[in-house]
Amino acid sequence: MDNSPNFAETEHQAVTFADGLALDCGRILASLTVAYRAYGTLNAARSNAILICHALTGDQYVAEENPVTGKPGWWDRLVGPGRPVDTDRFFVLCSNVLGGCMGTTGPRTAHDERPGEPWGTDFPAVTIADMVRAQKRLVAHLGIEKLFAVVGGSMGGMQVLAWAALYPDAVFAAVPVAAAAYHSAQNIAFHEIGRQAIAADPAFHGGRYWAAGVTPERGLAVARMTAHITYVSEAALTRKFGRKLQDAAELSSLGDRFEVESYLQYQGSSFVRRFDANSYLTITRAMDLFDLAAPHEGVLAKAFAGTRTRFLLVSFSSDWLFPTAQSRAIARALNQVAANVSFVEIISDKGHDAFLLDEPDFHLVLKGFIAGCAEHAGLT
Amino acid sequence: MNQMTRPRSMRVDLALIAGMIAPGARVLDIGCSDGTLIEHLFRTKQCDARGLELDMAAVTQAVTHGLPVMQGDADTDLATYPDGAFDYVVLSRTLQAVEQPRAVLRQMLRIGTHAIVSFPNFGHWRLRLQLLTTGRMPMTKTWHRMWFETPNIHPCTIKDFFALCAADGYRVEEWLAADDEGARAPWRRSPALANLFGEQGLFLLRKF
Repeated sequence: MDNSPNFAETEHQAVTFADGLALDCGRILASLTVAYRAYGTLNAARSNAILICHALTGDQYVAEENPVTGKPGWWDRLVGPGRPVDTDRFFVLCSNVLGGCMGTTGPRTAHDERPGEPWGTDFPAVTIADMVRAQKRLVAHLGIEKLFAVVGGSMGGMQVLAWAALYPDAVFAAVPVAAAAYHSAQNIAFHEIGRQAIAADPAFHGGRYWAAGVTPERGLAVARMTAHITYVSEAALTRKFGRKLQDAAELSSLGDRFEVESYLQYQGSSFVRRFDANSYLTITRAMDLFDLAAPHEGVLAKAFAGTRTRFLLVSFSSDWLFPTAQSRAIARALNQVAANVSFVEIISDKGHDAFLLDEPDFHLVLKGFIAGCAEHAGLT
Repeated sequence: MNQMTRPRSMRVDLALIAGMIAPGARVLDIGCSDGTLIEHLFRTKQCDARGLELDMAAVTQAVTHGLPVMQGDADTDLATYPDGAFDYVVLSRTLQAVEQPRAVLRQMLRIGTHAIVSFPNFGHWRLRLQLLTTGRMPMTKTWHRMWFETPNIHPCTIKDFFALCAADGYRVEEWLAADDEGARAPWRRSPALANLFGEQGLFLLRKF
């Protein structure tokens, strides 16, 4: 496997908070660094800021070339000049999540008590709410009291929901896309396969692979391959690959492969060059721990009691990882507190990944929602 | 094209409905289609107006237009709203198409102080005459789908609706009959005449 591009060497724009961060688990990070990117201009009233929240393996490079992969920003279809999230009009922020591996405090950054060593598996268990609290620090640091909107898909959508629940007065509009109010047993089960694959890799070294100067590439690749299947639909896999073979007329030797196998292997091998295994363990666990209703006697509506935030929920018809029923349940909980909620299911055969792909209806809906909210917020 | 300033014409019956709603009110429009009424209420009366719509294409169009509309079903979703959440709950030309009209009406007057209901009047003389003379289900401009494919599974007459309101304890604060285009018809004083000559009934209700 190609080890040459070392993402550890990439520098990221970041701000450090010397007073640290208290976590849900009871532990305290002595120092907190949040890596972020910003686009557009903050207006004089500081009222035009939109925070974008990234998904499990996303990062802060939402609307520009990624310095590690060289690929376009992961949501550059949606964020940029003249795009639905218009950087000519709004100040758009995106930060790497707590526990991530692109510059924000996480398993790869320096240990609080052991200088010269990374946190590794000693990094505390973090939650989606912890990620949001870290983002809140960044937002406050930039002098923004109230975000015009918080937008995110998948785990990013979980963060949007947590923002709306934790800081209702700091969020004018919230857009959780392909999200859920809790991680289901099936979701947790798939994550556990990934974590087991990483732990079973001899190169994992109990999480101290950094000390051995290796990375558990096999395990991380298998984790990514499994996860990737959950991101696409059966129909999309059939449309793209069917039963086609890779460079062979028939499966005559063990080395011959189906195209779908080759595709998955590519997904796995490209992933290990840009992601840290301990970060993967930390963030998947944070998603598993997410249950917005849990602190409210299991009643989701109570998490949003009295909210004045305007919500747009979007789901995709072929998404079986965060199915429409999950978004509908959130919409109904919001109805229970008479919240202002729009809810659309986009017809797509692209599965969960649809939120990242070219879905014109989704983009039009988001653009219209933001325009409508801007009018209500008095942004001109 | 600027989506926010595109002018949209409004059905005449929607204008009659809008006339019943006080400025600044909280309004839920059930079966709001592309959201024409809620946009009108927001722009001209500063209402906090929201929509519920079954058809996903219409929902997508409404939200793309910047309007707060959620996809959902009147028969199942009204139960999720709290008591008294709205000043007015509107159901225009949809009552005859829901599974449980009586339950939907009950929900409307639970979650809203007022209910505004419009429906095509099955008691109109043309329908009566067709049924009498041909012995087949009537077909008119309003009732234009064959019985086996019409979504209008619960037709009623203006007289029927008065009876339901009386049975379920709803006060009719205002009512009128309208013609096909929705223009107000002059049968204000006589429910019997309205039931014969009105193509649509429009009611403003509240609980006693």
